[in-house]
Amino acid sequence: MSEIAEKKLRMAAIRKKRHRAETRFRLFGMAAVSVGLIFLAVLFAVVLFSGLSAFKQTVIHLDIPVEASGDNYQAMVKLSLRNAFQDVTSRRHKRELYALVSSGAAYQLKDRVQAAPVLRGTMVSIWVTASADVDMAIKGETPRLTDRQLAWVDDLKTKERLKTQFNWRFFTGGDSREPELAGIAVATLGSLFSVFVCLALSFPLGVLTAVYLEEFAPRTRWTDFIEVNINNLAAVPSIVFGLLGLAVFLNAFGLPRSAPLVGGMVLALMTLPTIIITGRAALKAVPPSIREAALAVGASPLQAVFHHVLPLAMPGVLTGTIIGTARALGETAPLLMIGMVAFVVDLPETILSPATALPVQVFLWADSPERGFEERTIAAILILLLFTCLMNLTAVLLRKKYEIRW
Amino acid sequence: MPASAMENTQPKVHILDSAKPAAKMTIEHLTVFYGDKPALHDVNLKIGSNRVTALIGPSGCGKSTFIRCLNRMNDVIPGCRIEGRVKLDDEDVYAPGQDVVNLRTRIGMVFQKPNPFPKSIYDNVAYGPKIHGMCETKEERDAIVLRSLDRAGLLDEVRDRLRAPGTSLSGGQQQRLCIARAIAVEPDVILMDEPCSALDPIATARIEELITELKEHYTIVIVTHSMQQAARLSQKTAYFHLGRLVEEGDTETVFADPQDERTRDYVMGRIG
Amino acid sequence: MGVLIACSTVAVLTTIGIVLSLVFESLQFFRMVPVTDFLFGIHWSPQMAIRADQVGASGGFGAIPLLAGTFLISAIALTVSGPVGLYSAIYIAEYASPRFRAVVKPLLEVLAGIPTVVYGFFAALFVAPLLRAGGESIGLAVSSESALAAGLVMGVMTIPFVSSIADDAITAVPNALKEGALGVGATRSEMIRQVVLPAALPGIAGGMLLATSRVIGETMIVVMAAGLTANLTLNPLEAVTTVTVQIVTLLTGDQEFDSAKTLSAFALGLLLFIVTLILNVIALRIVKTYREQYE
Ligand SMILES: Nc1ncnc2c1ncn2[C@@H]1O[C@H](COP(=O)(O)OP(=O)(O)O)[C@@H](O)[C@H]1O
Ligand SMILES: [Mg+2]
Repeated sequence: MSEIAEKKLRMAAIRKKRHRAETRFRLFGMAAVSVGLIFLAVLFAVVLFSGLSAFKQTVIHLDIPVEASGDNYQAMVKLSLRNAFQDVTSRRHKRELYALVSSGAAYQLKDRVQAAPVLRGTMVSIWVTASADVDMAIKGETPRLTDRQLAWVDDLKTKERLKTQFNWRFFTGGDSREPELAGIAVATLGSLFSVFVCLALSFPLGVLTAVYLEEFAPRTRWTDFIEVNINNLAAVPSIVFGLLGLAVFLNAFGLPRSAPLVGGMVLALMTLPTIIITGRAALKAVPPSIREAALAVGASPLQAVFHHVLPLAMPGVLTGTIIGTARALGETAPLLMIGMVAFVVDLPETILSPATALPVQVFLWADSPERGFEERTIAAILILLLFTCLMNLTAVLLRKKYEIRW
Repeated sequence: MPASAMENTQPKVHILDSAKPAAKMTIEHLTVFYGDKPALHDVNLKIGSNRVTALIGPSGCGKSTFIRCLNRMNDVIPGCRIEGRVKLDDEDVYAPGQDVVNLRTRIGMVFQKPNPFPKSIYDNVAYGPKIHGMCETKEERDAIVLRSLDRAGLLDEVRDRLRAPGTSLSGGQQQRLCIARAIAVEPDVILMDEPCSALDPIATARIEELITELKEHYTIVIVTHSMQQAARLSQKTAYFHLGRLVEEGDTETVFADPQDERTRDYVMGRIG
Repeated sequence: MGVLIACSTVAVLTTIGIVLSLVFESLQFFRMVPVTDFLFGIHWSPQMAIRADQVGASGGFGAIPLLAGTFLISAIALTVSGPVGLYSAIYIAEYASPRFRAVVKPLLEVLAGIPTVVYGFFAALFVAPLLRAGGESIGLAVSSESALAAGLVMGVMTIPFVSSIADDAITAVPNALKEGALGVGATRSEMIRQVVLPAALPGIAGGMLLATSRVIGETMIVVMAAGLTANLTLNPLEAVTTVTVQIVTLLTGDQEFDSAKTLSAFALGLLLFIVTLILNVIALRIVKTYREQYE
């Protein structure tokens, strides 16, 4: 065989190998992409699969004889249970029976009676919250109920005195030791307050800083320093901001612990760099001709920027702001530092009242061993994800819609 | 350059038609779309062996699109669709089993802007032979590198700094480095898309000289926006206009006596 | 205009605030515990040293085990997110069809938008038990708070981070270079590995450094999925604790403010700040010079 033909053969063999390497490489790429996608799919599947059930709550129908006077609603609930199952006599069995309904049932009754005092001395028919164990059993978890309790539950079911209904309480209630009574209202309000404070501070500060740096600042050492500063600040771990909040806002300024105001201030400092950086990019994308045109018709430099350039840059600025806010909404660690990790039952009334935040609530509940809380944790995650995803989606759409090529 | 040395590395069997030069590449009914937008319409052209074919025409008329079809460089552009036939010798370039990698070793390409890899001069030239497994020993590789640099007329300028980065050369030198890189894999055809448009006149002259030398060994297709360059370099000229091949023929004829009015306008400098 | 200038100083004030508060509290701490004990000590048990007078003697403030734990978890995370993020970026930038890219890129970005507390929950409730069960089935003892679980999940969290930076770096490589490689007959993977990646290397390296800083400072995942007690080991199957976990445990719950225990959290914060700052400065500089190179 000639030398040339030999070489051709060799090259062909090598080529075959190279094509195989090519296929392998491409497969690696696909595998890598799948890792992220699979995790995402699993996460959403789990959240949807086991979180949605928390939006349903088991309730039990009781006929409660309300005393003409006296406020021991607990006793009235117990009595009604005994009436419903009159064969229960032993103390232990009674305790098991009482455990079917939540300790919140007495409060439900109380609320009902206090709203309508005419009910005193009558038999009140009311759906009360079942205990978490009953709820879990109804939702198909391995029941932690005794056989006797299970029999009662079946009995209630056949008498249509037990049903599941939409769990309003989850959205209107504060935290509770009992999973069936725990809700995310405090956390949601706390998050809203904090994010509101965060936006109110970081948006104007961020936009004005971006305008100054991009449009007016002379290029000096000082502005360079500010710029480096901002870039670094964007990469400082969030917990460090929490330490700042603790040392400065709480200890030095004496602001109240656990307050959404302080949470919002810390989050604002974290969000600021994002807004500044995206804001500058958006301003930079506006062509100089717009500025020149405005100046040419006699606008002052400030007017040119605020009337003409900034409005055009707004979609970009807003995109950055939304992304930054979404991140702030999901942020947990700095809030732990300033005491927004607390057991708060009552809805916060002002930004100074103690509150938690949605992600913090997730963190708190995730630690609780009860199965009832696991379901609620996932439901809270679902709500949290809903918010953050909606915000990010808005940002993406906004960016798409206004993606102008000048 | 000793022609006998070339013979060893240029193992080609030309079955020459005694009457006219053999067509190295044949393009039949070539139509190209970018998405839905047509860029080339029914182009038919024969590219003769061992000569320079110049493609001219106003910018945006599809010259780059055409030349990139020849070595399937358009494959990498999403949405680019090709109809018709391109043949290298008797082989269909777009045949289903065609190995693009192999095809591009036979049809090399030099781009508008010099694009040396961020590697040393030596590694730039050695890159092709290395990946294709053309050389087994370091001596062989050295020989290929030196020969390619020599043929690209760059060896004397870089002999003592082969390890310097390719990007450290001047623009004209970089472009010759890219030519050396293309030559190193021993192609039959070299495609050049406006190879001098980013260079100054002196560097341009140097490259033109080189192209004239290279046509001894290679079939060259060059896109140029300079009519003088086309006239100086090429034996055959094809004029493109709005995605159509309007006129083609011997360079002298096309320039001296264009048949098509659009060609005449262009050659006279009325459009461009 | 004065308002504008004042606004632009807020960022600087924030940095100063961070530095001052950390340094101030840390100095108080170092008055009780020598810096060298803190930096080089290998025992961390601040819960033991509650009374101020026993602090010096107990030697419970050695940060080495925390640093080792942080290092271990970060290393695991980067081992996941480095290659996966890079390969994802390559696939999306160089192989994927425009339609695939349009769908998958935002999806990966969703991964970056998920609050870390959610990752933490997943690590603690799903990944850790899974690893434990998996380990059991092959006869390995895996702690239920193993560094592996936290590290893996943290790795997934940083995938979009790495991939978006790598994507930027890869797409910044001029098309001319890519075509040059294809033009001499390189396959796509050869083009990527031999031409694109070397050219994009600085950008990718900068991105990896930023990811490192991000991973080191990540808090919620480790708080929820890693251990609480210091454990000087490099075994990924054991429970380790990290700097951020300790800061959180020291500062949540009841605290007397001037105790060494509380102050040590600030010393840890200072350490964290300095390390991440150094990483960020280097990374940003690399990325910047790299960007200028192709502009
Ligand atoms: N990647 C592409 N996508 C879409 N259209 C393209 C692309 N490349 C070129 N075109 C269009 O195809 C036509 C021919 O372009 P080209 O071949 O580059 O012209 P020339 O090289 O002669 O200047 C032009 O109208 C151009 O806009
Ligand atoms: Mg062109």
